[in-house]
Amino acid sequence: MKSLIFKTASAYLLPLLLLFSIFILLRGHYLPGGGFVGGLMASIAFLVHSFAFGLKETQNIIKINPGFLMPIGLVLAVGAAIAPFFVDAPILTGLWFEGPFRFIGMVGSALFFDIGVYLVVIGATLTIMFSITDTV
Amino acid sequence: MLIAVILGFIFALCVPFFTRFFKKTIPFVYSLLPLSLFIYFFQFLGKIKNQGHILFKYEWVPSIGIDLSFRLDGLSLLFALMITGIGALVFIYTIYYLKGHEYLDRFYGYLSMFMASMLGVVLSDNLMTMFIFWELTSISSYFLIGFNNEDPASRKSALTALSITGLGGLVMLSGIILLQAVGGSYSFTELLNSSEAIKDSSAYGWIISLLFVGAFTKSAQFPFHFWLPGAMKAPTPVSTYLHSATMVKAGIYLLARFTPLLGDTFWWNGTLVTVGAITMVYAAIHSVLRVDLKSILAYSTISALGILVFLIGIGTEKALLAAGIFILAHALYKAALFLITGIIDHETGSRDVTKLAGLQRVMMPVAIAGFLASLSSAGVPFLLGFISKEVMYEATLQFGDWAIILTALAVLTKILLLVAGFWAGIRPFTGNLPSEFEKAKLPSSLLWVPPLLLGILSLGFGAFPSLIGQSLIQPVFSSMSGTDTVVQLKLWHGFNLVLLLSIFTLVTGGVLFWFLKPSAELFQKTLRFELISPQNIIKGGSKMFGSFAGTWTRFFQNGYLRNYVITILAFLTLLMAYRLFWGVNIYIDWNQISPVSHYEIIVVALMIISILFAISTNSRTTSIVALGVIGFANCLFFLFYSAPDLAMTQFSIDSLTVLLFMLVLVKLPKNKSFSSNIMKFRDAMLSLLFGTLIAILTLVVFEEPSTTEVSKYFAENAYVLAKGRNVVNVILVDYRGFDTMVEIVVLVIAAVGVYSLMKLDLNPSKKEL
Repeated sequence: MKSLIFKTASAYLLPLLLLFSIFILLRGHYLPGGGFVGGLMASIAFLVHSFAFGLKETQNIIKINPGFLMPIGLVLAVGAAIAPFFVDAPILTGLWFEGPFRFIGMVGSALFFDIGVYLVVIGATLTIMFSITDTV
Repeated sequence: MLIAVILGFIFALCVPFFTRFFKKTIPFVYSLLPLSLFIYFFQFLGKIKNQGHILFKYEWVPSIGIDLSFRLDGLSLLFALMITGIGALVFIYTIYYLKGHEYLDRFYGYLSMFMASMLGVVLSDNLMTMFIFWELTSISSYFLIGFNNEDPASRKSALTALSITGLGGLVMLSGIILLQAVGGSYSFTELLNSSEAIKDSSAYGWIISLLFVGAFTKSAQFPFHFWLPGAMKAPTPVSTYLHSATMVKAGIYLLARFTPLLGDTFWWNGTLVTVGAITMVYAAIHSVLRVDLKSILAYSTISALGILVFLIGIGTEKALLAAGIFILAHALYKAALFLITGIIDHETGSRDVTKLAGLQRVMMPVAIAGFLASLSSAGVPFLLGFISKEVMYEATLQFGDWAIILTALAVLTKILLLVAGFWAGIRPFTGNLPSEFEKAKLPSSLLWVPPLLLGILSLGFGAFPSLIGQSLIQPVFSSMSGTDTVVQLKLWHGFNLVLLLSIFTLVTGGVLFWFLKPSAELFQKTLRFELISPQNIIKGGSKMFGSFAGTWTRFFQNGYLRNYVITILAFLTLLMAYRLFWGVNIYIDWNQISPVSHYEIIVVALMIISILFAISTNSRTTSIVALGVIGFANCLFFLFYSAPDLAMTQFSIDSLTVLLFMLVLVKLPKNKSFSSNIMKFRDAMLSLLFGTLIAILTLVVFEEPSTTEVSKYFAENAYVLAKGRNVVNVILVDYRGFDTMVEIVVLVIAAVGVYSLMKLDLNPSKKEL
């Protein structure tokens, strides 16, 4: 894409969209949002960037291979799911810290589970998109 | 007991870890395994004789009635002793036979695995457990037959054997499940009590036919026999162990085991006698038409298995006794013959019976073993084969109206088997040594002691039948027949018809052996009948199936994405139309419909315009963008009707889709050719039909009550139980967290799949560039 406007805009869009996706992720438990949508938004942010600057540039920004986000996310989600097992509760029971945290609100195993979903979605989407873009 | 059964698996599991350091010692260490197990089972002889049977119970899956319970009675003890005893000899024999082979350690792993599975089959009381071990024997035999994995023929035989026996096993599984449904238990011991009820039930016919398929495939009965000669591609120790002494007898074991439970009915006896008789005669004729030592032995083994099925089918007390003795006699002499063949092959490099002669001059002990084994197989007095043959003739002679025919068949089979046995055990050891084999010499004693030992046992048990009569054969007989009749094994039965038949068999067989020379031409002449052999018919069937599948696949999977879409949509349309044809229940309450607002009209207008754009434009970019607009307009509807979560997700997905399309399609060249008008019309009709059906379907969905118990529960308890106000998200991460977890795993799998498909280069010519 050679358009200057698009290039300039997407340079600013990337951080904004990423921040927004995290916001969506965190508010998910109380208001519309969640890990899945958040993950999709973050992937869109990177994809728009790669559209404007090319794949190489975006990969430089991400630094790591997005594929690695998948196992990290899986470990987080599975960890959050089986964590209750260690306090003698059935797995996937919600565990919560006492009292809300600043900015984030209540933190519990569900949040970590959602973060896991978020990472897996980013990893999977970007792996699919990048490998398709790379090959075509 | 549990440890005794699974020890082989543990040993097999250890091979990969030990092989690096102890490669050389593995054969010696592993040979101790069957030996010690043999001693372990030997101790039970006295106990079984007094108690009848012993049960060992270990819980496994109690909720569906599967446990690891083992039943040790006469029959299973006989098999266990054969498995471990002959196993020990084969393990020792292999040390030298495959000395220096690259994968010797693996071979011992497979062998231990096989031995453990086989022990599991014969000892399991629970039929489900037995089935598992049964299939494990098929799998481990697959590895063993295909041991020379660089030889395509060997791989093919292994696959044939696995598919025939594996398929039979699956059929047997359905029989077992049916048996459980009727009898109410998987436990054989418990089923025994409801024997009459099972025989009277309407499913009885199905149960026995399904079990028969399992037994016949495993024991190589006609018409499933052809995998066994193919399996002779395996190294000789494997042929000895699996394909003559133990595995192929698993089917016999099954039939013998089920005789007290299911036997003694017209269909049971009739089927077994017929199949057994056909197999034993058919295979006996084949065995004297071969020239390869192993082929001769393979067919004579099939014939012997036929005899066993035949005897179990006759089902009288005498016949079952004969079967019991013959199982042991056959295992002893046939294993010996196989081992001798292995030695001959190992030392001379030839298995051609027309060339081999005079080897007694260089390997006397082997010759003695060969003579003993073939005399036992012929049924010469003072050898175990004689006793089994006597009892067998007695059994057939007592079989009412059919006695004459059955006896004649048995005598014919025995005569032919005598010739085959003499060819394998005596012919190579008579006459003058041809010059080409002059280099042959007596091999290490590890090789010749096992067959000699087996031969001596044949002689010992035959000359002094009281050695095994009360201690072993009596319990075997009791567990097969379910009665307490005392058996008497005698060498001298008096001068009667049976003895005359025996003498007739020996004389005719001897004369035939003298005059009939094995020749390759005779075998060639039979080849023209190969066309109608079961092997060819089944092979042809599978070939036709393969080509049919190929045509079918090429027709549907033709590589054009558009055709795929058309096929899928057309099929779905037909399916739904068929369902809707039988009546559909649509009810629209016009009063309940919310008023149409002006912004909804605008959005719908937007959608219609984009649709028109999408189908009329010639540019890809335009149609993609138009499709994107339709998607976004859809999202607006979600928003209007308060589904923000759905709208948000749909927005993201739509953006991603459009972006992806742009990324890929932008790089394609400009459209050059377009669909013809007919194709356009076809596509339009299909789309219209599909769309209409989906619309109807959506209306049908409304018929279902929209608020259910579940959604109410979710809504009410989201905050109370899961501390979240967004019900959708709470469902995702909490209520149905397990679903989500599996879904993200699927997502990862999909990503990895796409990645590998995209990066995989299947076109080697490109790689070189």
